[in-house]
Amino acid sequence: MTSDKSFFDFISNGLPGPELRKDADNAILPARKLAFSRFRALGLPSVKTEEWRYTNIQRFLKDSFSLAQEEGTISAEQLKLTDIPQLDSYTAVLVNGRLQPALSKLPAEGKVTISKLSDAANNTQLQLWFDKHPHLQQQPFAALNAALFADGLFIEAGVNASLDKPLHIIHIYTTTGNAFIQPRHLMVLHKSATLEIIESSVGLNETAIAFVNSVTEIVLEENAELWHYNLQISEKNSRHIYHTSTVQKADSRYHHFNFTLPSAELTRNNLSVALTGSNTETNLHGLYLATDQQHVDNHTFVDHLVPNCNSNELYKGVLLDNSNGVFTGKIHVHQDAQKTNAFQQNNNLLMSEKASINSQPQLEIYADDVKCSHGFTVGRFSEESLFYLRSRGIGEEAAKTLLVNAFAFDITDQVHIPALQDFLSEKIRKYVSGAINN
Amino acid sequence: MLTIKNLHAEVDGKQILKGINLEIKRGEMHAIMGPNGSGKSSLSSVLAGRENYTVTEGEVIFDGKNLLDLSPEDRAREGIFLAFQYPVEIPGVSNLNFLKTALNEIRAYHNLPSIEAKEFLRLTKEKQQLVEFNANLMNRSLNEGFSGGEKKRNEVFQLAMLDPKLAILDETDSGLDIDALRIVANGVNKLRSADKAFMVITHYQRLLEYIVPDFVHVLYDGRIVKTGSKELALELEEKGYDWLKEEVHQKESV
Repeated sequence: MTSDKSFFDFISNGLPGPELRKDADNAILPARKLAFSRFRALGLPSVKTEEWRYTNIQRFLKDSFSLAQEEGTISAEQLKLTDIPQLDSYTAVLVNGRLQPALSKLPAEGKVTISKLSDAANNTQLQLWFDKHPHLQQQPFAALNAALFADGLFIEAGVNASLDKPLHIIHIYTTTGNAFIQPRHLMVLHKSATLEIIESSVGLNETAIAFVNSVTEIVLEENAELWHYNLQISEKNSRHIYHTSTVQKADSRYHHFNFTLPSAELTRNNLSVALTGSNTETNLHGLYLATDQQHVDNHTFVDHLVPNCNSNELYKGVLLDNSNGVFTGKIHVHQDAQKTNAFQQNNNLLMSEKASINSQPQLEIYADDVKCSHGFTVGRFSEESLFYLRSRGIGEEAAKTLLVNAFAFDITDQVHIPALQDFLSEKIRKYVSGAINN
Repeated sequence: MLTIKNLHAEVDGKQILKGINLEIKRGEMHAIMGPNGSGKSSLSSVLAGRENYTVTEGEVIFDGKNLLDLSPEDRAREGIFLAFQYPVEIPGVSNLNFLKTALNEIRAYHNLPSIEAKEFLRLTKEKQQLVEFNANLMNRSLNEGFSGGEKKRNEVFQLAMLDPKLAILDETDSGLDIDALRIVANGVNKLRSADKAFMVITHYQRLLEYIVPDFVHVLYDGRIVKTGSKELALELEEKGYDWLKEEVHQKESV
């Protein structure tokens, strides 16, 4: 299925037929068609495509997949697996990209609207923003998503709106056969709105492969603030390409956290932020922990279009076993974007001889009055630290867990929700000890 | 409690210990002195199980067990504690979490349940006062940004918390001003007891004015060349090590 032609044929078959065209009478259908031609023009990426040099995506596409959108059912036990203990939150549960109101605890109707994307087809915000993010235009899989998506989530927070507790969006993927799933979400925060959102992506397949190609578009209007935690905690038979594209208007604050924790085979994150209004703050934090043969690829792009914006990016990776990590951090400071502060740092800890990391900062700076920096490190465990801990009676496993948690501390310490902090330390403990005992 | 017989060890192919014999009994305080490079710190490293040292000959028996067969963590769990000459800074690991983990790992080894949070706090407070360790440092990252004196005090505080049978203090006095030295020595003295033994490695006699040893051993060129009472330390302070070195070389040439 990996030659361009067969892939396009396969995709063409998946374009929604008339019976699925709920959106036929609004702006989206033409947009779908445009997106599909865009995808054809961009082509299926290969390792010769600069943006996919270190991620051979065709390798992950060579199995046969179905484009038919399975409804998918989940049991109460399965839903329980996605729990974050002690977390007091609203929940929005999606199965294969479709919101399940009966399984969710949505906030009462008010200034914050949470609905299926398909139910918002006539919403002016959707028509205004759907597939408009400039960075999405260059991304083949985002184009594919726009052409094929069945449904997703639509969140709109009105002027000055906020919720009294975080919203936990739980994306569950479960299919009986190999499936190619394309969820699509849009979040719009109007002027001075504030939200705290935790997203958990959980692939539950035991035998069939779920290939998830998701797109989340986020718009932060003037002075809006979003705390956005992404937990990628899928099991083995999951392959994910996530696109998160955010537009920030003046005075807005975006705090993005991306946690990729085993065991998905492939995780590719395309995170991009376009700063279109001045005096914004952007904090991008990432922690990736990979074991086995996992491949974790983070592509980030911060686009400074206007003056006086601050962006700060810290990504940390722990690579065990035979895992591979990729980090590409692009910062573009346009000629007009004077007084920009843009910082980027990527630190990696290799815990095995066979693990590897490819890290690439890409800074393009066309303004002359800016402060920008980037840095990259890769290291191994400090033997002296390990010996110090062991000399106090701490076994190798507990010592390594302590050290990995310590390495991740800069990131986990920034998490403002204690229950989430505990959940993350526990996950880290579990994977590190699992890798040591293998 | 600890019997070292004919211990030979090397690091990077270089012979460092060349036949150490030493017997330490419960309640005893042994001082190990010697010029730089004589093997003092190597001895402590070999006893604690530092991995780059290879034992080529000899044995070490600790409470009936062959110490050299044990991993560093098991040695600690059996009751050996090494106060480091250069304690490591570990950003992101809090002092308290570190100590709690250590205590619980040691307890689990002896089939004891984890320590209760309340009991842990009580113990922490008690030991902290005993060795005059600043409570503000407790929640900080392990040794991160601590002054030299604070790091050494933290070693003694850990010693108090983990309550080993044999404590090895590797140049705990070096680099300390007189006030810090006094505090560290007071802490150690308070921890002395009939069932605990100490091996104090030092370059200077000054420490031994505060911690009075039962035995003083002089290490030179990987061997213990002289053993005496605390007066030997005074003699070394006065005369230096050269006369001992000459004595050793004369013996060798005979």
